[in-house]
Amino acid sequence: MPLTRRHLLAALPSLGAAGLGLGFIRMLHGLDRGQFDPRAINTPLTGQPVPEFPALSSLPGQAGLTREDFRTMTQPVLLSVWASWCLPCVEEIPFISQLAASLAAPRKKRDAPLALWGLCYKDQPASASRWLERAGQPFTRLGLDQDGQAAIEWGVTGVPEAFLIMPDPQVGGRIVWHGTGGLTEAVYQTRVVPHLEAAP
Amino acid sequence: MRLAVTLLLLLLVSPTCLAVDTPDEMLSDPALERKAQQIGQQLRCLVCQNESIEESSAPLARDLRHAVRQQLQQGHTAKEIRAWMVQRYGEFIRLRPAFSPATALLWLMPLLSLMVALLLACRFWYRPAPPPAPLTPEERRTLDSLLKKD
Repeated sequence: MPLTRRHLLAALPSLGAAGLGLGFIRMLHGLDRGQFDPRAINTPLTGQPVPEFPALSSLPGQAGLTREDFRTMTQPVLLSVWASWCLPCVEEIPFISQLAASLAAPRKKRDAPLALWGLCYKDQPASASRWLERAGQPFTRLGLDQDGQAAIEWGVTGVPEAFLIMPDPQVGGRIVWHGTGGLTEAVYQTRVVPHLEAAP
Repeated sequence: MRLAVTLLLLLLVSPTCLAVDTPDEMLSDPALERKAQQIGQQLRCLVCQNESIEESSAPLARDLRHAVRQQLQQGHTAKEIRAWMVQRYGEFIRLRPAFSPATALLWLMPLLSLMVALLLACRFWYRPAPPPAPLTPEERRTLDSLLKKD
């Protein structure tokens, strides 16, 4: 059978449909393996300097959180965004307590020096205080963001979220990782530790 | 019947129903408020992701609505406000994606489809139909006999 123009014309839509099908298969596979999430929140602040945000006061007796603190920081900071009313934060807090304890008493040499700071999102100071009491005061600095304005500057869309900030004297702290989920041992090992090990 | 009418009325009302929780959220200047709604309807609520921030009652959507109105009052343009949002939340916050290499095919697809359709239509329209093949002697005989019958 000779190849006519009609055959070529029929081939065009077939090729188009095949391409589309392959695309869908790739998307579904990505969904399966967790490499593709259509609802994933963008994290445009990754790689950017710490944003300017309103100074946050803290609970009595604890250090607050201001933009200036990131200019004077000397070690990497893991900033956890949380709230006492947030259920996923309940799941996350045992790991944070455990991490805080291991940072306070480094047993292994490879435990990189890291500061754990907290940003408490739209919470009552009394509830936040009780929560921290139960968690064993894991944060060395705590900002109470009661109206959620600082969280907007940080591009936070919900709680819990976390940021890893590296000291950078030129810009006053640079965000190297922004996690839009809770901190777990697995997330910490795969996302945070590689940055700490790569740091000079 | 009554229920049907109520449901129908609800259906008519719902598309224009925005989630502005309290009237004092709205700006007193109607023109500015309209502009704020136009901007907000093109921004995705990142909590309930298929709603715009104007439609959503999520606390974050309320904060972002407030931010849009505050910036409008300060004299910022719609473009500046959108850029402010994208800087914090990424391109994902735009319900109407910006034209970029990644979205070029999406935006140009209607134009491309129309051009291809026009091209094909022109070709088929102006191609002269091939002349019918002459009848074979047998066909001629059959036709003659059929015509004679009448």
